Formats: sequence, structure tokens, C-alpha cells
Amino acid sequence: MSSILNSIDLQFILGSLIKTAVFWICIMIVVAYTVYAERRVLAVIQNRLGPNRVGWQGLLQPFADLIKFIFKEDIIPFAVNKVLYLIAPVVVLVPAMMVLIVYPFGPRNVPLPGGEVLSNMLNNFGNSLGYDWALDLTHIDLFVSNFNVGLLYIFALTGLGVYGIVIAGWASNSKYSLMGGLRSSAQMISYELALSLSVVAVLIPAGTLDLVKIVELQGGTWFGFIPKWNLLALFPAGLIAFVVYLISAIAETNRVPFDLPEAETELVAGFHTEYSALKFALFFMGEYVNMTTVSVLATTLFLGGWQGPLVGTYPWLGLVWFVGKVFFFLFLYIWLRGTLPRFRYDQLMNFGWKILLPAALVNIVIAAVLGVLFL
Amino acid sequence: METIHLLFLAIAALAVVSAFNIILQRNPIYSAIGLIIVLCCLAGLFLTLYAQFIAAIQIIVYAGAIMVLFVFVIMLLNVREEESRTDRQKYLKFLAAPLFLALLAEVAVVIRFVNMPAPAIEDPNTAIDPSQSLGTVESIAHVMFTDFVLPFEATSVLILMAIVGAMYLARRDSGEGAERIEQALATDAAQPPVAVHEDSGH
Amino acid sequence: MIPLSWYLALSAVLFTIGVVGVIIQRNVIVLFMCVELMLNAVNLTLVAFSRFLGDMTGQLFVFIVMAVAAAEAAVGLAIIISLFRNRETLNIDEADLLKL
Repeated sequence: MSSILNSIDLQFILGSLIKTAVFWICIMIVVAYTVYAERRVLAVIQNRLGPNRVGWQGLLQPFADLIKFIFKEDIIPFAVNKVLYLIAPVVVLVPAMMVLIVYPFGPRNVPLPGGEVLSNMLNNFGNSLGYDWALDLTHIDLFVSNFNVGLLYIFALTGLGVYGIVIAGWASNSKYSLMGGLRSSAQMISYELALSLSVVAVLIPAGTLDLVKIVELQGGTWFGFIPKWNLLALFPAGLIAFVVYLISAIAETNRVPFDLPEAETELVAGFHTEYSALKFALFFMGEYVNMTTVSVLATTLFLGGWQGPLVGTYPWLGLVWFVGKVFFFLFLYIWLRGTLPRFRYDQLMNFGWKILLPAALVNIVIAAVLGVLFL
Repeated sequence: METIHLLFLAIAALAVVSAFNIILQRNPIYSAIGLIIVLCCLAGLFLTLYAQFIAAIQIIVYAGAIMVLFVFVIMLLNVREEESRTDRQKYLKFLAAPLFLALLAEVAVVIRFVNMPAPAIEDPNTAIDPSQSLGTVESIAHVMFTDFVLPFEATSVLILMAIVGAMYLARRDSGEGAERIEQALATDAAQPPVAVHEDSGH
Repeated sequence: MIPLSWYLALSAVLFTIGVVGVIIQRNVIVLFMCVELMLNAVNLTLVAFSRFLGDMTGQLFVFIVMAVAAAEAAVGLAIIISLFRNRETLNIDEADLLKL
């Protein structure tokens, strides 16, 4: 057994575990408050008050909701396929969560306040158990891991989320669920194509799939004032890619105006019609985590991630820029929800296959030509 | 015994159990889930072989696209439990067991005789020149667009043919659709409360 | 380091299960999935040899196998759908006539 323990890179494992836990908690808080923000902003748009009772201005509302979800009766309808019905919410949430290890939250080698004390504490603990630990947490990278296929990793895991929806629709044994599941999966498969293809135009100037490196390459400015973001790289290819990405990202996460799978007026609630209590909460969380994922990806790929003024001198400021940009996208989602009506199903499919996909393909050609000429 | 050996054994065991699940389940949707698990296990094993690009593509293409298509078709045709089997070729079942044993014997031979040492490889994630390292996007692109550019193009032609073929096979005759709708409308007018459910036709 | 023979053994076992599945199953969709399983078993061998020979060619073959599998799935499932439309069954023993 001891040989197994010795073969593990302790610094890597322990550092990754701590960082994953911290980032996970942050994401959960972001998700909880996105729901709250959505309700408040929608209320403002629609001239209502919104939730403002629990805590100051309703700020404790997410926790009240969580408690409500936990204590509700856990109903399993009689006719469902039990095993599949129970694993479906998990299949939605787990891949959505696994993505966060490649988010580049901030720069490399950031000095951690109190890092010395922390590493001493952990080392002493390890030594008291009889192991020779030499952890160094004085400087940390503000991301869990980076690897050569980081972007493909995200696409792979978000692609797996479809199964949860399909299985939920099938296992519920209800016509609304089945229709919702079929629609949702068809929509996600169609728009995933445009989403991945639009990203290719960004990868041409970046030349790598490693998200950390993509962000690092977007540092600096053109002519001293235009930020070197991929949004503006190989103009106009970056811009077209951004628009295509944004539209297909909204469709990919089943949000208004592409929320056909959950169209309340037609399908009750779509694939999660038969779900209640905590299982419904898992679907709900999965949807919002996916929203965060596409927002993070948009920030990283198009808006320079954590890059911004003064990051060189104050590395922690990168985190602020990053979070600010992500919140901008999340706000955009809510804003769209308050503004736009829903598409019809055939319009949705036609739009995806006949406009977005060709646009993404043509854009790749434009980006490639411009890349050959100017890079 | 290192950590990675335990990892391999765990993944391999899961893969074999799921593979048996594919062939022994009577409900096709369970078979599909079994195959999805096998595909994910294989992606994990590809990672132990420094093939990170292939692992990612395995999940995206196989698990994320092909198997979704399978599940989709199973749902669309709404195949539930298999009906009582009409076994016309009973002898095939008796063939299965000896075949299985023969192929397992082959496995034993493989384990006994085939082995070669693995060359040392630098970590592709920290490599200075990723295009020289094994399994990175850069290196596979390098091979694909130099030595194997012809097979690559041939594959794209093949996929185009597949798209056209699938479209042709799966479409309904255009006249038939209009006829159906007319028929549905006619019955609808005759007896109003009957809801006509057509699939949305994708 | 995991020895090459382990990968080959696993691959052979998976391939065998695929073959047995093709023989004992009568449902055409499951049959098709068994073929995919066999393809995947072969992919594992190719990737393993690619690692142990230090050569990228094996991984490229896997890439092409996947593209072919995707094309095959598209056409195959289209055939299955039209078969189901014409005969209302997925049992391949029922589909033994050349005419409708």
C-alpha cells in the first residue's frame, strides 16, 4: 500500500483537490445567485417586485429555496423506469460540474496570502503521520489543471449532458417528457455543431486548444488601446464567430428564445415534467451550471479571459476581470429572457441548420484565409 | 503494483461488465447505456496511453454523437421489451459458447507471448514542441496533413456520401406527408376530440 | 507502466463479447451496437501499439475508424428506420425477404 502512496504526486493531487473544492463552492454560489438575479432582474423588466422577503432585499432567497427543495416530498411516479429515472438528474449534473477543472480563473503563479502558513501546517500534519511532505503553496495557479486538449474536454463533457435529458424524457413514461426529451436532444445535437465550428475561427489565431494558453495569448494591445482579444482578431472572422457562438450557446443551454424543450405552454415543463423536489433541483442546477460553462467559454475564447488593465502588477485583479466578464454574459441571458419571444420548432431547426451552420463554415474559410495572409 | 495498474483493472472490469450488459439485456436502451459506459472506459484507457486527443474525440464523436443517435432512434421507434423471440437459427446459440472459448484462448496466448517495452515519452502537456510529442493535437494534425492527407480526404468524401445516403433512406415520399395531414384533418373534422399525434419528423 | 499485453487482452475480450453479441442477439439495433463494440476493441489495440511503438500512425487510424463508424451509424440507422417503417419489427429474422 505504501508504494501506491509514494507513486502519487502529492503536491498535484492535494493542490488540485483543494482548488477544485474552492472553485466548486464558488460556482455553486454563482449558480444560486444567478437564479436569484434572474428573478430580480426579470421582475424589474416586467415591472414587479420579485423575491425580496428573505433577508435583506431577498438575498437569502437561494438558501430558502434549497431548504424547500430538500424538505419537499420525493415523489417517484408509479409508471416510471426507476433506475433510469433516478440516474438521469445525476447524468445531467456530474459532467456539467466536471468541466470546471479547466476554467482559467486567473493567471499562473499568483502569490497566495497566508500560503506559507498553510503549507507549513499541511507539511507538519504529513510529517506527524510519518510521511515526508514538502508542499509549497506560497504561489498558486488560479486554475486547477491545463492540458493540451482542454477545449475538447469541455465539448466532450457538455456533449454527455444530453444523455441525462434523453434518459429523463424516456424513463418518465409520459408524453410531455418524451416530446421534451426528443426536442431537447435534437436541438442540442444540432446547435452543438455550430457551436464547435464557430470556435475553430478563434483557434486559428490562438494555435492551441489549451484554455490557459489561449488566454495568455490574448494579453497586450493593438495600437496601444485596442485589447488583443480574439473577438477582434482576424477581423471580421472573430466577430462573426462570436455572434454564432453566442446564439448557439443560448440554444445549447435551452434558454429563451430557444427554450422549446421546456415550452410551458405546450409541454408543461418538458423533460423534467415528472420530476420533483431534489431531483428537479439537480436538473435546475445542471442548467445553470451549463449556462456558467458557456459564459466562461465565451469569456475565455473571445473576451480575453482574465486579461485586463493592471493584471501584471496585481495578479488577483485577473480574477475580478474574469468574474466580471462572466457576469456580463449571465446578465445577457437574463436580459434576453425578459425581452424575446420563443421560436417555433421548425424555425429553430431551420435557423440552426440553414443559417448558423453555413455561417460558421464560411467563417472558418474566412478565418483561414485571413490567417494565412496576416499571421 | 502501482496506482495505475489498479486504475487499469478497475476500468477494464467496468468495461467488460458493461460489454456483457450490451449483449445480455433485452431492452435496447439498457444495451445502449452499456455501450456508452464501455466507450467512456475506453476513453479513460486512451488517456493512460498518452492519447489525449483520441480520448476526447472518442467521447465527442462516439459517446456524444453516434450513441445519441442510437438512443434517439430507440426512443423514436419506442422499442420496449423485446417480443417473444422467434428463434429461426437455433444452432447459432450453440456456436456462440465454443467461439467465445476459442477467442479467450487466443487472449491467453496473447498474454503469454506478446510484450514489448514502452519507449520513454516526455509529458505532452509540458512539452516544448507539442508537435513532436505523442498524442497531442499538434502531432496528430502533423501526421494527418502530411503522410495521410489522402486517406483523410477520402474519409471526408465517405462522410458526404453517408450524409446523402442517410437523407435518401430516411425521408418519406413528399406526397405521402401531405396525404397524411389531409387524412388526419379529415378524421379530425369527423370526430373533433381525437388528438392526432404526428411525430415532428426530423 | 501498464504492460502492452493487458491492453491487448482487454481488447480481445471486448471483441469476443461483440462477436458473441452479433451471434446471439436478434434485435438489429443491438446487433449494430455489438459491431460498434468490436470496432472499439480494435481501436484500443491500435492506440496501445501506437504508444508502445512511439508512432502516431495508430492514433490516426483510430481517428479514421471513428469517422467511418460515424458514417456507418448514420446510414445504418437510416436503414433501420426504414426497415421498421416497412415491417414494424426490429428482429432481423423477420427481414429475410428481398421484396416489401
